[in-house]
Order: sequence, then structure tokens, then C-alpha cells
Amino acid sequence: MKNTYSATVGVIGTGNFGTALANLLAHKCKRVLLYARNEQKATQLIKTRKNGSHQIADNVEIITDISLLAEKCNVIFPIVPSINFREMMKKLSPYLKPYHVLIHGTKGFDFNEINNKNNALKESKNQIFTMSEVIRQESSVVRIGCIAGPNLSKEIALKMPAASVIASDFDEVIHLGQKYLKSDRFLVFGSNDLMSTELCGILKNIIAVGAGTIDGMKLGENAKSLFITRGMVEMVEIGKAMGGQVEPFLGLAGIGDLIATCSSNLSRNYNVGLRLATGEKLSEITHSMREVAEGIKTIDIIHEWSKNNPIRIPITETLYKIIHEEITVEEAHAYMMKFPFTSEIKFLN
Amino acid sequence: MSQSRPRYKDILKRKKDWPIVNLSQNKKTFLDEVSQNVFTNLIQGDGRKTLHEELETTIYREKQRVINNPWRVDPKDDLTFWKRIQKKQLAIKKSKDKITIEKEILKEIIDRYCKEIVGSFNKSSYRFAKRITTFGFARLLNAARVKGFKSIFSRQLDLQDQIHVVGEPEQLRKLAKIGTIVLVPTHFSNLDSILIGWVIQFLGLPPFIYGAGLNLFNIKILAYFMNSLGAYKLDRRKKNPIYLETLKEYSKRALEWGCHSLFFPGGTRSRSGQIENSLKLGLLGTAIEAQRSLISDHGKQAKPIFIVPVVINYQFTLEAPSLINEHLKRTGRERYYRESDAFSNSKKITTFLMKFFTKKSDISVSIGRGLDVLGNYVNDQGQSLDQHGQVIDIKDYFLSNGKVNVDKQRENTYVQILSKKIIEEYYKNNRVYSSHLVAYTAFKMLERKNTKLDLYSILRLSEEDLTLDYEAFKKNFKKLRKVILELNEQDKVDVNDKFKNKADESIIYGLNNVGMYHAKRPLIKAKDQILILNASTLYYYHNRLEGYGLEKYI
Repeated sequence: MKNTYSATVGVIGTGNFGTALANLLAHKCKRVLLYARNEQKATQLIKTRKNGSHQIADNVEIITDISLLAEKCNVIFPIVPSINFREMMKKLSPYLKPYHVLIHGTKGFDFNEINNKNNALKESKNQIFTMSEVIRQESSVVRIGCIAGPNLSKEIALKMPAASVIASDFDEVIHLGQKYLKSDRFLVFGSNDLMSTELCGILKNIIAVGAGTIDGMKLGENAKSLFITRGMVEMVEIGKAMGGQVEPFLGLAGIGDLIATCSSNLSRNYNVGLRLATGEKLSEITHSMREVAEGIKTIDIIHEWSKNNPIRIPITETLYKIIHEEITVEEAHAYMMKFPFTSEIKFLN
Repeated sequence: MSQSRPRYKDILKRKKDWPIVNLSQNKKTFLDEVSQNVFTNLIQGDGRKTLHEELETTIYREKQRVINNPWRVDPKDDLTFWKRIQKKQLAIKKSKDKITIEKEILKEIIDRYCKEIVGSFNKSSYRFAKRITTFGFARLLNAARVKGFKSIFSRQLDLQDQIHVVGEPEQLRKLAKIGTIVLVPTHFSNLDSILIGWVIQFLGLPPFIYGAGLNLFNIKILAYFMNSLGAYKLDRRKKNPIYLETLKEYSKRALEWGCHSLFFPGGTRSRSGQIENSLKLGLLGTAIEAQRSLISDHGKQAKPIFIVPVVINYQFTLEAPSLINEHLKRTGRERYYRESDAFSNSKKITTFLMKFFTKKSDISVSIGRGLDVLGNYVNDQGQSLDQHGQVIDIKDYFLSNGKVNVDKQRENTYVQILSKKIIEEYYKNNRVYSSHLVAYTAFKMLERKNTKLDLYSILRLSEEDLTLDYEAFKKNFKKLRKVILELNEQDKVDVNDKFKNKADESIIYGLNNVGMYHAKRPLIKAKDQILILNASTLYYYHNRLEGYGLEKYI
């Protein structure tokens, strides 16, 4: 099975997931170029051939020249935090052509705060985009996809079995993703609903933070199941209000990813919640973390978004108050237990 | 009126260089190519239905159509043909060589459809029709407006004064020399085809081919114009895959032959009066397929295909009352509706044209910036540009692993991208007149006054409930105008010059123009009140400004 395809495939980002993905690709493709933004990090990776718990596969080549990546690879996987995504695209875009295929693995929003106070137009206050939209805005690439699902990088590093969804408007993008990633330890499903799939991955991070707080308070499995289920409902409601469909939320990118991230301290977002519940402050937690917990930023963004969208999002609002130290985790818990939830599930009608 | 406007020279001097002339001279070769391609495509099939099933349903439906819904334009031998084909098909069961006979039948049907669709362009009748549209209309105009019948030979006023061509006509002329143009106008009135025909020749472009609803060929005067202006026939009664495939191949092949084409991508006239917000993707898709096929055959020498969105801005639509009634009946889910059309006979059209040229109401035709088949802007040299203004190669969109390949699903997705872009351009190039805004303001105020009522109840309000206070109306008008001007600054909509006049003047101008040809004016001013005389027509004109999010400001 090894190196079945002669293609050279690119990965952008040397975080945990970027490295895990590069290794998965290296299993099927002859050559993988892994782009590192930071020269120092690149030098270190080249020297040690190790990144955290990941042993970098032999046919993965670390590079720092982004133009080379675009020149050599038709298929590129950008796996960078949402906060750096647009900047990365701006750097990459001059070298991209419409034949490129981009499959991103970033589970966060791009948030554009526009302060035009003297403008009579209400609509363009804040703009929220998914990464596929950022790719469209910044480049001439149209064949875009995303990869989402329960992919805890450390498990992938240990060569444990896992699965993912590749979503795209284009069947050829899904097929390419499957071709280059599918193996006996990695299943790849396809979906034609790109935006909803992206939303699944992004919104589940909110719930993961919350699940961490439940475990941090040692409230037990019943409470956590309750929380995850209500969290799922809230994810779907937000997703629908943002124009997404329900189906992907019920699949691997939705429930699948939610279960994994809400029950494992391998998840960064879950860990943030866990530590918040033990009394640590957000600033301390983020300071000590090596990688970004997307969930925190997503909570802020959805909080902003909800000001112009009349839907009830008790979980996100409560988490917002916790991370901004308006209430304690205990108070939040008491509040949630009294919250007047009406019907259990409405989104299926 | 007196400002001088450019007169455009023909971009192709010799008629024999016109692609449409080439096509009509080589009609047989052309049709053979179309027919052969459709045949090959259909034989390969999409795996959903066998050829046998496809033929069976097509023949059955066609026979039903001939019997239940015959039209004057239908070929005389329609029934005999389908009866014969059915007989042949029924006989297959007994035959040994089923497949060969099925293929034969298929080929026969395709050939017949090809002949039905094909246009009969003719140089001399084109010249005549062209003269009618320009000189004829111009004469009418002079007679009616200047000094009675004697001035019929005066050149004082002509069509140019009535119809303003704005936007990017110069770029369109340039692009027409480099590649093949697909004009995609908005569609509000049956007058559109004639109007666009006039614009095309006014800009010095060779005639375009376009698909016109076969129902229009029922009307003799329209049939004459359309035949001579290069129309091919599009029969909406036929919805079977064989017909649709033939139609698409016809359009695709004509583009490959370099024939400039005209599509009304909205399909039919906008019933609600709103700018198209969803397009028929079938014909648009042929532009993408043709482009890919040209690139695949000719590589770097491939002629580019350009999509040019056009917005036709009327302040009135003759058919408005019947269109909006149809729309309301459809959305109101009334079981029964009859197509009653102000364009149903030649006399009505002539009366309308008289009215149109005797009263003064500006029409503007906005020619949008040229796009490639993916919806990217192109520069004057015809090169595609990305959003940063960098030149990109259209070929790259059709490459997979360095080679041009055919991927139907990919191209279907491209059509959606293109269609979204065209709609965006429509909204951007839509030119707002005060008449649109008075209609919008009045109707929105009516809605606000009756928040508990649904649309249908609002349209049935009695006379005394259909009045608005003038001062309040003026206030809202000004507020909305400010928003529109801001949208205009952001390049999201276009506005008419008179739009910026003083509010009172602007309102009067608007009231004078909104639905000015209808027997019953939708909106008038009486002392300190605005009276709504026809709520559903008002609703129609108000719809023109839907989709800009203006409702938030009133």
C-alpha cells in the first residue's frame, strides 16, 4: 500500500494535525512537502525529524518557500489556525492557479471587524467567514474542500485507526482527498455539503470547552451526557441559522467529532474547560498552551454574531460569561440547571 | 436630449464574415454535427434509464402533446410522425436486432428536433428587420412627438434619444472582435428581444443567435422579427431529455462555431417584477462546455467565450398587470390560472409601441463588464482577471493533473458559480429610477401600516385604506434614497441622473413615470396625500428594489 501515487502533495502548517496529516499522506504519496512558516522550527524539524509525539515520515520534506509548494503540488492541505489563515492565504495566493485543489483542516472562523460608524448601512457590521470562503476571497482557487471529523492528532501519531469526512462542492476534490488519505487505518467519507461540514468542526469546539468544565467539576457522566446532547442541539441551531443543513451534524464531522473532543484530554478545547473549572484564569491557560484552542475564539465570535441573530444560545452565552470572568463555573452550572429548555429537539421538523 | 451620442461602426464590414452567416450557409454540416454529438451522448447515457425506457416515455409524451396541446407553429406532420415512430417502436419487440432499431429511432427523433430548433437567418430579411427597428421606430417617434404626420421624415428624434445604452459598450465591441459573446440580459417584457436586437445592431455588432420561446412564433409579427434576427426555437412544452440534450448541443455547437449568442438566463419573464435571483443553468452550462471543448481542441489558440450581463431598465412593463396576477396566483397556490397576455396578438403590440413612442419615458440598457465563463472579469484584451487583477488562464479551470478533462459534475458546479456572479452583476448594474423608489416606498409603507395582514389581504384592502400621508411618504423616500445612494457609492447599484434631484421633484418625476402606460395608474398624488389606485401593480414595481435589504430602513 505504501507510496501508491507518484504525486507530490503539500501541507501547510507544522502543528499537531498538520504533521499527522503529512504523515498520513506520506503513506500513500511519493512525496509530501510540509511548509513551515517559521525558519527556526523548520531547521529543528529537519534536524530531529520529530514534531512532538510525531515521527516525521521519510518522504516528508520540510520547506520554508511557499512558492515552491504551489509550484510542485496541485493538491494542498492548509492546516493553520484560523487567526493566521487569511494572512497565510495572502502569502500563498500569488502562486496559486485555478487548477490547484485546496483542502483545509482548520476548525475556526475568520472574523472581520469593520468599524464604519458613519455608515448608514447596518448589514456590514461584522463579517464572519469560513476558511473555504477565505480561500475564495483571497485566491483564484475554486476547487476547495475541507477535512473534518474525530482526528485527535496524538492517536493518529500512534497509528491508531480513525476516520474523516472530506467535504466539497466538487466530486473530484473528494475523490482526490480519498485517494491520497484512505488507508487501512484511516477511513475517508465524502460529503457535498462543504459549508455545513465546516460549521460542524467549528461549532463543536464550543461544546468541547463546556464538556471540559463539567468534567473539571466532577459532575459525573449523566451530567456530561446531558450537556453534550444539549450542546449538539445548540450547534445545530446555530449551524442552521448560519445557513447550514442538519445532516452533516449527525455524521462523523458533527456527532463523531463531538464525542471525541468532549471525552478526551487530548483535545485542547476540552482541556481549556477542564482547567477553567479548577479555577485557572483563561489568560494563564492560553499562555501555557503551545497551540491555539479555537473554541475560545469561536465563543467570542458566536457571541458577537448572536447580537444580530435572534436565536437562543444559552450554552455559548454562559461559556462566554465564564471566559470573560463575569460568572464562575459553579454559578454557570447552577444557571444551566435552571434554564427553561422547552422542547427537546426541534430541528428535525 | 441634445447631447451627442456616439454612432458605432460595424465591427465586421463584410456580411459574409458574420459567424451567423457562416452558420446559415453551412446549416447542413452544422446540424449533422449537432445531431451526431447528441446521438453519441445519449447512447452513452447517464445510467438512470435505458434507451428503451427513454424512447418509450418520450414518444408517449410527444403524442399526448400533439393531441392535447397543439400550436399553430407546430409542423403539419406532427401527429403522423409520432404515430409512425410509435408504430416502429412497438414493432421492436418482435424484431431480433432491437438495439439497432432503437438507435435508428433515436437518430430520427434527434434529426427532427434539430430541424425544429434551427433558425432561419436570412441576410436580406435581417436588413429589412433592422431597418424597421431603427428607422421605422424613429419615424414613428418623430411623427408622434414632433409635429404630426409631416415630420415623419424628420431626423430630429430617433431611437437613441429614447434608449440609453450605458455601462461598457466599448468593451463589448472589443471583446466581440476577440472572442464569442454570450449576452445575458434580465427579462421583464416581451419587448426585450426586440430591444436587445436593436442594441446589438446599434453597437455595430453582427447579429446574435438566441433561443426564443416557440409560443412567440405563434404571433406572426414577432415570428417575422425573430426569424430575421437570428432566433432559434425553444419549445417549453417538450421537457424530455432527448429534446433538452439537442437544444443544449445546438447552443454549445453554435458557440464553438463562433456565433455570438443571447440567453435570457432567467428563463421566462420575471413574473414578480423582481430582478432574477435564480437562473436556468442548462443553457449557461453550454457556454462552459463550449469553452472547455474549444480549449481541448485548440489549446492556446482557443477562442475565448465572454459572458456579458445586461440589465434592461424600464420604468414600466406593458405586461405588468398580467404578469403580477400570474405571479400572485402561483404563489397563492390557486389551482387554476389562465395565461392571459397583453402580448397575445399583433394589434395589441402595435398599440403598445405607439404608446411607448408617443409618451416620454426613458429606457436604459446597462451593458455590464465582460466575464469569462467562470464569472471572472476580463480586461479589454479578453484576458481573465482574478480578484487581485492578476491575469489568469481560463484553461487552468479545466485541468486535472496538467490535462484538460471532461468532468460533468465539476462543470455543473462552475455553472452555479457563474450564475451567482451574473446575479450579482444584475443587482450592481440595475439602474434605480425615482419611479422604482416611489413604488417601493409606498408599498413598504402600506405593509408597515398593516403588519398583521399577509400580502394577499394587503392587495385586497379597500380604497380608504389605500392612502398615505405625503409628508411621511416624503420622509421615507428621502431616507431610502440616502441608503440607495450609499449603495451606489459602494458600487452595489446604479442610479439614474434625475434620482439626485430635490425630493419633491424626484417624487413627482417618479409618480409621473410609475406604470404610466397602464389604464389604471398605480400611484398618484392628491393634495397632501398619496393614493394607491392599484395595489398589485404597485407591488410589481416595488419588487424591482427587493433584494437590496432596503426593508430594514423603513
